[in-house]
Amino acid sequence: MTDTDWPLWEVFVRSRRGLAHTHAGSLHAPDAEFALRNARDLYTRRGEGVSIWVVPSAAVTASSPDEKDPFFEPSADKPYRHPTFYEIPDGVKHL
Amino acid sequence: MATAAAHQTDTAGEDTATGGYERAFDAAVAAEERVEPRDWMPDAYRATLVRQMAQHAHSEIIGMQPEANWITRAPSLRRKAILMAKVQDEAGHGLYLYSAAETLGTSRDELLDKLHSGRQKYSSIFNYPTLTWADVGAIGWLVDGAAITNQVPLCRCSYGPYARAMVRICKEESFHQRQGYELLLALSRGTPEQHAMAQDAVDRWWWPSLMMFGPPDDESAHSAQSMTWKIKRHSNDELRQRFVDICVPQAASLGLTLPDPELRWNEERQRHDFGPIDWAEFRAVLKGNGPCNEQRLSQRRRAHEDGAWVREAAAAYAAKRTGRAEGERA
Amino acid sequence: MSATTATTAALALGDDALVLSHRLGEWAGHAPVLEEEVALANIALDLLGQARVLLSSAGDEDELAYLREERAFTNLQLVEQPNGDFAHTIARQLYFSTYQHLLYERLAAGEGEFAGLAAKAVKEVAYHRDHAEQWTLRLGDGTDVSHARMRAACEALWRFTGEMFEPVPGLDVDTDALRTAWRESVDTVLRRATLTLPEGPDSGGWAAGAGRQGLHTESFGRMLAEMQHLHRSHPGASW
Repeated sequence: MTDTDWPLWEVFVRSRRGLAHTHAGSLHAPDAEFALRNARDLYTRRGEGVSIWVVPSAAVTASSPDEKDPFFEPSADKPYRHPTFYEIPDGVKHL
Repeated sequence: MATAAAHQTDTAGEDTATGGYERAFDAAVAAEERVEPRDWMPDAYRATLVRQMAQHAHSEIIGMQPEANWITRAPSLRRKAILMAKVQDEAGHGLYLYSAAETLGTSRDELLDKLHSGRQKYSSIFNYPTLTWADVGAIGWLVDGAAITNQVPLCRCSYGPYARAMVRICKEESFHQRQGYELLLALSRGTPEQHAMAQDAVDRWWWPSLMMFGPPDDESAHSAQSMTWKIKRHSNDELRQRFVDICVPQAASLGLTLPDPELRWNEERQRHDFGPIDWAEFRAVLKGNGPCNEQRLSQRRRAHEDGAWVREAAAAYAAKRTGRAEGERA
Repeated sequence: MSATTATTAALALGDDALVLSHRLGEWAGHAPVLEEEVALANIALDLLGQARVLLSSAGDEDELAYLREERAFTNLQLVEQPNGDFAHTIARQLYFSTYQHLLYERLAAGEGEFAGLAAKAVKEVAYHRDHAEQWTLRLGDGTDVSHARMRAACEALWRFTGEMFEPVPGLDVDTDALRTAWRESVDTVLRRATLTLPEGPDSGGWAAGAGRQGLHTESFGRMLAEMQHLHRSHPGASW
């Protein structure tokens, strides 16, 4: 058995309350408990976080680059989803 | 993201479509778009990045050794804390960089194997010994200074995970260079013995630091392609010149001299001229003939081998627990 | 509490933290895996921070660290023990951080000299204790090799544990209760790690009070020689 058996984990850190967890990087750990502790030591040693998630990298399903067009392009032609699509007369407030 | 599934690039339609992919890739890179792990990329781009990130990561962890050499002898508790934090950062930076390399489908084990067997290099600068306490300062000021000059442009590297790792590293490293400078300043302004210690360290580290930028542009094997791919942004000579120009006034403020009789301001170029670098020494150290090559590599191998039973124990424990949990569910 | 007993206690706790931090610092570049380089350095830095506060409360931190002779140090013999293999380091961490955590919890809850320091340090030390416990479980219940090594380490360091429960002038704690809580905690962790509490004597046959009285083991002198030589080679210099 070699340390290849220490799987890779993705680390997500909430930098302060009120913000979402964001991807900080990855690391190796034998199990979830150590992944959390290693993440705390590595990614928050300058006080960068108040909460950490760790997820086995193998558990992440990613969209493929070939799906990029079907996945992401349709949303590009729906400008009516964005507030700047609408013209409002000058002087109207709180909109 | 460094998932096993995520690094696999689709190879379907390779023969017919590669040309099209490559044109799209080149155009995206030229337009300053970032390349991400699952994007199609030329094999040579991938290989260049893996090699460079691995070498960078190896340099961080081998680079712990010359400084760790002084942790147990740091002359004040304040300096001891600073040095420990700095060496710890280097381990952390190695980790960030190995993770970035792993997004391209290699594993840290594989990269460490290549380091341990001498198939991948680390920065030759770490094959020089730290003989006195002042060397810790000279490494911070000159070696980290040269590294930062090299690394700041890498924050805009075309490969996203590498660029992101470098942003984090550059942010954290800002204290490394300053602590080295401050350490040397204290020595330079201290007793005559301390001043001499500082000057001696600068004399020994100056030229190897200039060599850190790599061979001159006309001899640099990978430079042109790396520039086109925006893995590299400035030529070796350009960065070296920038570094010299930054260091000259800093040395004056330290009250120390740089060991180069030909170093002088060139009014016409608006830059400093400096003497010839001993590239024969550079090549000898690179080939394994530096003062510490054998020592650095064997310490690294020993740490890895001595730690094998620990890594195995943790893996075995995790496997047992997964087994138990499954047993309970069944 | 008189100034001198407060100083005695500050030196005892400060020397523990300083010496253990130094030992952990020796791991830099030698740890079994990169993630552990970062973890051990974190613990060493916490301890060094505690040492600096404690020594500064008793005098000049650098004079105390660098200019005292071996016999003037009052740290426990446990913390000066050489790192050995990773199992020895973890056993030392388990024994000491459990003690330090229980002690600082009590000091933080009190109103004595050290309540403020202990309140801050207790959070750091809780993490050290957790780190040691997690590793004890993995080494004890990992492979046959790791189990044997961890058992040997726990046995070897056992005789340095009794000293932790000798009363220290200036520290207002019930050392018997501390010992009971400590044994209970260590026993629980070792059991979960498929190990058992060593049965031999928990103190050496010769040394009464040992480290707290300034009596140390041979390797400590060499450790201090290394730590102090540069500072002592330049009397009066600033760094």
